[in-house]
Amino acid sequence: MEVKTASKEKKIKQAPTTVSGAEAVIKCLLEEGIDTIYGYPGGAIMPVYDELYKYQDKIHHVLTRHEQGATHAAQGYARVTGKVGVCIATSGPGATNLVTGIADAQIDSTPMVCITGQVGSHLLGSDAFQETDIVGISTPVTKWNYQVTKAEEIPEVLAKAFYIARSGRPGPVLIDITKDAQFATLDFTYKKCTGIRSYKPFPTVNLSEIERAADLINSAKKPMIVFGQGVILGGAETLLQQVVEKAGVPAAWTILGLSAMATDHPLNVGMVGMHGNYGPNVLTNDCDVLIAIGMRFDDRVTGNLDHYAKQAKVIHFEIDPAEINKNVKAEVAVLGDVKETLQLLLGFLKPNNHDAWHQKFKDLYKIEYDKIINNELNGKEGKLGMTEVIDEINTSSNGDAIIVSDVGQHQMVACRYAKFNKPRSNVTSGGLGTMGFALPAAIGAKMGMPQRQVVAIIGDGGYQMTIQELGTIFQTKVPVKIVVLNNGFLGMVRQWQQMFFDNRYASTELINPDFVAIAKGYFIKAKKVTERSELKNAIKEMMDSPEAYFLEVKVEQEENVFPMIPTGASVSEIRLE
Amino acid sequence: MEKKNYTISIYTENNIGLLSRIAAIFLKRHFNIESITASKSEVNEVMRFIIVVEITEDQVKKIIGQIEKQIEVIRAYYHTDEELIFQETALYKVNSAEFVEDLTIQDFIKETNARIVTVTPKFFVIEKTGKRYEIDDLYDKLKPYGLMQFVRSGKIAVSKNEMPISSILEDFNTININS
Repeated sequence: MEVKTASKEKKIKQAPTTVSGAEAVIKCLLEEGIDTIYGYPGGAIMPVYDELYKYQDKIHHVLTRHEQGATHAAQGYARVTGKVGVCIATSGPGATNLVTGIADAQIDSTPMVCITGQVGSHLLGSDAFQETDIVGISTPVTKWNYQVTKAEEIPEVLAKAFYIARSGRPGPVLIDITKDAQFATLDFTYKKCTGIRSYKPFPTVNLSEIERAADLINSAKKPMIVFGQGVILGGAETLLQQVVEKAGVPAAWTILGLSAMATDHPLNVGMVGMHGNYGPNVLTNDCDVLIAIGMRFDDRVTGNLDHYAKQAKVIHFEIDPAEINKNVKAEVAVLGDVKETLQLLLGFLKPNNHDAWHQKFKDLYKIEYDKIINNELNGKEGKLGMTEVIDEINTSSNGDAIIVSDVGQHQMVACRYAKFNKPRSNVTSGGLGTMGFALPAAIGAKMGMPQRQVVAIIGDGGYQMTIQELGTIFQTKVPVKIVVLNNGFLGMVRQWQQMFFDNRYASTELINPDFVAIAKGYFIKAKKVTERSELKNAIKEMMDSPEAYFLEVKVEQEENVFPMIPTGASVSEIRLE
Repeated sequence: MEKKNYTISIYTENNIGLLSRIAAIFLKRHFNIESITASKSEVNEVMRFIIVVEITEDQVKKIIGQIEKQIEVIRAYYHTDEELIFQETALYKVNSAEFVEDLTIQDFIKETNARIVTVTPKFFVIEKTGKRYEIDDLYDKLKPYGLMQFVRSGKIAVSKNEMPISSILEDFNTININS
């Protein structure tokens, strides 16, 4: 009843008012509860920017230094808040510069709405100045896209855009609006989208599949859970922990599942995949029931599919029917939002423990610890290692920080070693592997969660792909902490060259500029550390800084990340050296 | 797994960008589309695509999943030839001089149940509807006489089993009205 009254009131408030298409765009954003957007102006989107000027007390527009930065900032914002990230750009190059971020959001299921300006509709197809077919270009990397040519379409199309972006398996939506549609007027009323007849975001939950899953889990001798970002997207972190604890099942995570469960939980057995932990990778090929929750069996997780968990019965909890049996055949497929299905599962699970089986994970961890982890954490000689830096950040943050990592060796080290107590704390580009992601994503993350410490961990390569966003940090005064682990190489590619290309370091060495001077050029506090003895204080100074802070750490140049599953190998053939 | 001809029927909303969105799914997986047709369907305002591809059953199942994931796709189905009633149509443009001079052409037309659509002093247009081999057969027979033009439609097909699009749409309406 309350809802009905509220909507009635809203209806009274929403007597149509005549506004321009551009103003309608802003009003739609306000209706959707958007208070922060990222973007870059230009000719074809100027009417919308003119309205943003008028509405600047209601919507905070963050001017990034490149449209790609706007997309990653919107992604960072979305990943930590669970809300839809919004970015805005002009036609032509403005629009094409969004494509990398859109592709990243698509493969990592991040809710995002991108609004682009387009040339006037009378010019469409004439190769006008800054005309590009962004709807055509973005089609394969968007969940939905649409070109608006009439002002009166704007409210309904944007309502659909937000609904599609955030519902079901989230993803990016692009709405292209011609300039004449921004100038033309319409009678504005807004109705939130609650359904589209051809779109079923939540598949019907089948209770008998949940019972079958529970039976398998209850009778398993060596069950293992692998959870992914679906748990976070569904807001099912507590439920996951309850399932894990009740059934006593060791649980491992994919890179995007990280932080869905506290890293120091006794049943958290670490990361699966190419640079994951030894135990969960090896034991994937030993478990009798593999319970996949909100993950999609990416090739970086599974290694060679012909030798992946062949002995196990696979249970797949998944919201997207297209993921079932895509890479790994599921014995039981439980379709639905994990928030709903795990709740139901919990009722059927019998309290259990698998101590002897869990011990196997611990034994393998001991091997990994002795061979790798101990050396990396406690390297007392030679140049600093990347792990020592992450460990020092852990000590300082106590696992409460949001860690935003870029792509490459430092990313694997950050994900392997960072401590997390809270969900939605790990922000990284997983599926697309977008170098340059972290700096702008950290801006969005800090704006989304201003009360939390946000630390970006970036390599010297990726840092220089979006380094211009230091300008955004300076202008907005957003207090992000930036750590560049500088090894003077594109480290992950160099590692592969060393291992598989006979040490031929083709175009992977970087002759770098003075990063501290660059940060200082943007009036950002900056420091460089080269010695182990300086590290602790430098990290402390950075973490304690109320302002943005840049820390460069010179690390060992030719350090390799292990364990590693070489391409084409099976998960159980993971190498420790 | 064995590759086969699969006929994919896709019921969709009528949206300008949908054809390229669906085509992109095939392109991404490097599947060659043998034929594609689009038309209205038995349901008002619902479009129907028919796409023929030669792939394995595992591949066709996965591609159906990807197609159904698109926002404006209502449902997609796949069928083998045995599960369908299907036809293709072809037009053959033949030089009138050849046609009048050689009576055997007229015999082909009678034998194959083809139809003469247009007669002009310069050319005849012959239409043949049937199975692919029948169309190819007539093509081979007419080719030596100098085909001026030839075109064949994509496969059109109806399934022997029901594809309950109307009830899917009704279900949506019921749920949405109740909520």
